[in-house]
Amino acid sequence: MNFDDTPQEAAFRAEARAWIAANAPKQYEEDLKKSSLGRTELKGANILEVAKAWQKKKADAGWACLHWPKEYGGRGATPIERVIWQQEEGAFGKLSGIFIIGHGMCGPTMMAYAGEEQKRSYLPPLASGEKVWCQLFSEPAGGSDVAGLRTRAEKRGDNWIINGQKIWTSGAHYSDYGILLTRTDPNVPKHKGLTMFFLDMKSEGVEIKPIKQANGQSDFNEVYFTDVKIPDAQRLGDVNDGWNVSLTTLMNERMSIGAGVATGFPELFEFCSNLMLEDGLAIDDRNVRAKLAHWAVRASGLKYTSMRAISALSKGERPGPENSIGKLVAGSMIQDVAAYALDLQGAAGVLSGPEAEAAGKFQAMLLRAPGTRVEGGTDEIMRNIIAERVLGLPGDIRVDKDVPFNKIPTRGRG
Amino acid sequence: MNFDFSDEQKQLRNEARKFLAEKCPPKAVRTVLDGKEPYDRQLWKGLAGMGFLGVAIPEEFGGAGAGHLELCVIAEEIGRALAPVPFSSSVYLAAEAILMAGDDAQKQKWLPLIASGAAIGTLALFEGKGNPSPQAIKLSASGDSLNGVKKPVPDGAIADVAVVAARTGSSGRETDISLFLVDLKADGVEAKSLTNVDPSRGQAELTFRNCRAEPLGRAGEGWSIVSQVLDRAAVLMAFEQVGGADRALEMGRDYALDRIAFGRPIGSFQAVKHMLADMYVSATLARSNCYYGAWALSTNASELPEAAAAARISATQAFQHCAKNNIQVHGGMGFTWEFDCHMYYRRANATALGLGSLSYWEDALIDRMRKRNAA
Repeated sequence: MNFDDTPQEAAFRAEARAWIAANAPKQYEEDLKKSSLGRTELKGANILEVAKAWQKKKADAGWACLHWPKEYGGRGATPIERVIWQQEEGAFGKLSGIFIIGHGMCGPTMMAYAGEEQKRSYLPPLASGEKVWCQLFSEPAGGSDVAGLRTRAEKRGDNWIINGQKIWTSGAHYSDYGILLTRTDPNVPKHKGLTMFFLDMKSEGVEIKPIKQANGQSDFNEVYFTDVKIPDAQRLGDVNDGWNVSLTTLMNERMSIGAGVATGFPELFEFCSNLMLEDGLAIDDRNVRAKLAHWAVRASGLKYTSMRAISALSKGERPGPENSIGKLVAGSMIQDVAAYALDLQGAAGVLSGPEAEAAGKFQAMLLRAPGTRVEGGTDEIMRNIIAERVLGLPGDIRVDKDVPFNKIPTRGRG
Repeated sequence: MNFDFSDEQKQLRNEARKFLAEKCPPKAVRTVLDGKEPYDRQLWKGLAGMGFLGVAIPEEFGGAGAGHLELCVIAEEIGRALAPVPFSSSVYLAAEAILMAGDDAQKQKWLPLIASGAAIGTLALFEGKGNPSPQAIKLSASGDSLNGVKKPVPDGAIADVAVVAARTGSSGRETDISLFLVDLKADGVEAKSLTNVDPSRGQAELTFRNCRAEPLGRAGEGWSIVSQVLDRAAVLMAFEQVGGADRALEMGRDYALDRIAFGRPIGSFQAVKHMLADMYVSATLARSNCYYGAWALSTNASELPEAAAAARISATQAFQHCAKNNIQVHGGMGFTWEFDCHMYYRRANATALGLGSLSYWEDALIDRMRKRNAA
């Protein structure tokens, strides 16, 4: 058991560190360090442009998508090298946020199912950030029950015609391409009539409307499809095998370990270390300490769980669903942490914005937090995954399992 | 980086698990729980025979000289099996204190006896309610004579030797405390068994009246040694707790798969599934914190005090969480004496207190994190 780099790892780390020191956009480092859930701002700059420029620079020097094969724009690096890169990239890694879905989910799905020419043409600009991808799975009628989606794809000659609506699509408004899960046969049970495609988001008939979230910001979109034409050559996997294709996508989501999930703990610890209460520093208060300790061991537990997963990965073991705990733990924790930080502020905790306590970061965190417990799999879905796939408990009883999709009830009352 | 136990260490864990599955079934735990025996002597001999008691004791003092990572994997199995033996008192507390502070003669005398199981050791620290603190120690030493009362002393009624924390000064500082080694079979010390929430491991009151004792370590360094021993023991005990938590989770899972209600296994109801998923989360976080503690312990890292506190808190929470919800999954049967659930519940709550309570370690963790940040 050790945390030491091997000589090769140490050499890789030194090379990465030197390159980052010479090339990273340092003028934004302070702002990036200060950014937290619900509040990422770069003074005087558009974060999308800064992120794309940094990604392109990395790609040109061979530091983009480290775990991808070189021919698709990656570096062919080992899992450990990828982790070392993340450690060295530090706060600049926050600029990768807009590429997570493309690099973590769309890219690997393309690698598994697209033709060789398509891979060579589409993947390198995805790796370099010149093209941004999104993932079009969720629908108003299918969130946790994603296989309940209704967007139709109908074959016309060599094309498919798409009609329907997606929702909660991160970054659709700045995406160039997307992977799209559709229903191609409503006469069979729901998992058996789905087909996956990729498409140009600028296609005629695609309409994108930002969602105004509960916290007032707009990170997600609704995407409407009206007679959108997709060539059959852009189908990923067999017709009606889209469910299995989507499982590849979701499994790759779990491979993106090591990046670390935000818990809010470092921010709270720093806040309590400096906050003066009536009778002294907050961190000297016994009640505050008990709360901090409770969250400290959850944060460190997640950190070391991730390190165990990385060690397993580097030995060639496949990361399993046990990694679902990261999001499950961090999601509700950051919500509780934010609420507690407001509690410590007393009546002034009600005030938000840059003039408020701690520049309003905990108020922004509190208002953004409910989304973290829903997006990418709700807490309840995560618990089901752990219960079923790790502990081996029975699946939920599915009353719609063997029913043709178009016979499944669509409303609860009347 | 390799943040995992080695294949050899995992092999040792499997050996320990196999050995304990055979020699320490729940029936063996019950023999002690029911008060028929103060501890399982056969099992104790067996553990000594396997070399488990002295796994981290150097060869020159009669141990196997393997190391603390090896001791961690054995501790996990001891906890998993609820072994009704004075393993933690003798190995984590007495042996560690003697190794750390003893002179060569003391090590030569006691460590081989502890490694072979011929002598049981313990640490006599507490004097009634409260958490570890130099102020709470009233038992006094004058010359080589001790006077005072210690309770609770883990395994105090069956121990042969105790490391005793005593007051040797009155400056109000922690340097008022010194450690002594006491042969508990000698005159001037009386042991009385106390009832406790986990009768599968004994607790006692030790009364010292002009009891002869020899100093362990330098005068005035007692508290410093005790603090270090508690940190080391916290990591080892955390592995016991994680072993117990995992077993309680498995018991709950297995029962949820077998028990039918409303025409289906109760493990198919989300209320039960999610409860078990949350238990898994606690146990996993605790295990990961423990691995970090193991690394710090085995390398004597400067991070040990912080890592030990985190492992201790996380493992205490996980064992308590898994043990209480294991009963909940079992429903009414979980509340019977006949089912084994209560044995885990008892052990979970007893181990939560032995080295200082949860709130004590929470306070310690934040204190240590703060000092590191300030440094």
